[in-house]
Amino acid sequence: MSNASAVTDASFEADVLNSDETILVDFWAEWCGPCRAVSPILDQIASEHSSKIKIVKLNVDENPQTAAKYQITSIPAMKVYRGGEVVKTIIGAKPKAALESDLAAYLA
Amino acid sequence: MRQIIIIGSGPAGFTAAIYAARAGLEPLLIASSVEAGGELMKTTEVENFPGFPEGIQGPDLMTKLQEQAEKFGTEVLLDDVTSVDFSGDIKKVSTGYSGDFEAQAIIFSTGSAYRKLGLDDEERLSGRGVSWCATCDGFFFKKKTIAVIGGGDSAMEEATFLTRFADKVYLIHRKDTLRASKIMQERAFANDKIEFVFNSAVVGISGENTVESLKLENTVTGELSELPVQGLFVAIGNDPRTHLVHGQLDLTTSGTIAVAGRSSKTNIAGVFAAGDVIDDTYRQAATAAASGTVAALDAEHYLAGLAEASAIAELRDAEAEIELIDSLQSTQS
Repeated sequence: MSNASAVTDASFEADVLNSDETILVDFWAEWCGPCRAVSPILDQIASEHSSKIKIVKLNVDENPQTAAKYQITSIPAMKVYRGGEVVKTIIGAKPKAALESDLAAYLA
Repeated sequence: MRQIIIIGSGPAGFTAAIYAARAGLEPLLIASSVEAGGELMKTTEVENFPGFPEGIQGPDLMTKLQEQAEKFGTEVLLDDVTSVDFSGDIKKVSTGYSGDFEAQAIIFSTGSAYRKLGLDDEERLSGRGVSWCATCDGFFFKKKTIAVIGGGDSAMEEATFLTRFADKVYLIHRKDTLRASKIMQERAFANDKIEFVFNSAVVGISGENTVESLKLENTVTGELSELPVQGLFVAIGNDPRTHLVHGQLDLTTSGTIAVAGRSSKTNIAGVFAAGDVIDDTYRQAATAAASGTVAALDAEHYLAGLAEASAIAELRDAEAEIELIDSLQSTQS
């Protein structure tokens, strides 16, 4: 089970778009095997870089509006938000080293 | 040092692990960090694995295989192999986060990776309408028009599965005959939402931020046409995953790892290969499992040979020592 807190269609604006922090949203679903594989890796990255980045999860089944708004067509999809804008998109489950390298600019 | 390391966690790897573990070899199975379970993790209903008359979900089957392997003492490591060195008697395996491992024998069962089309916009639009996993991404194509490329079982399965979501699924194939098994073909033909587009190759994908249309070339007449779709699922086959062993293990002309006859023996003693990485013909969960069985038995035999050789060497040393003592005693007396 993931340690990341959940965001929803209702809370997305307050929790993500209006946040002062750098936030990575993990778009996922129960039925997505690769999502389950990447979830513990994201937990590790979050705990190792807790002062730099906050990682939250959005269940696309339960929150179709946000998923549609950000044109999600493949999961896991990970989007980094700063000041309400998407600054980075990562698609597909990747090993930790590959994710860290994709996210390097936001973890340092 | 371990007796055996198994690289790969599909049906071949886990079946090899079940056999090796039951033989008391305490295998380490390196499963990968994000692709553990292999290709079956991305399938839905598996109807042709023996012993499951009701069918079984691919991920459930892999969980069961892992449980069975662990029950007999397999250690499963969720990490990625970054490099291997099979040159010496002791085989070395390096991983991303868990350090280096050594073993007397290796079973290499890394499977295969999805083949790409090789088109300019494929990478850019990947995850933006271009997908290799219908079970992962089909959900996002509710009431949309999409295309599946391919003529094999996986293309039929994906197209049929995608009709749960999409309004219309074009099944595009280069030829006018399909490679897929009869039951899968019939299921696709009987589905009202699936329209077959034969003798056609996808030569271009267009779209600003998401897929908007495909450019098709008729493989008989050469005629070009445009097909508006919002998604494209690529199911044109797989390539054996051999990059870790290039320059170390011999490959066949089709790119699989070369093995001797019906065995799993590679060109290096102590290194055995199994599953889709040696087979680009059958590629079934059941054939991969059988191949993993062969590899475990070959490896077990090899390790028994090593143990016997070292026992004989020890015996010789002991005999030599006795002779030496005898000769010393005889000179003293």
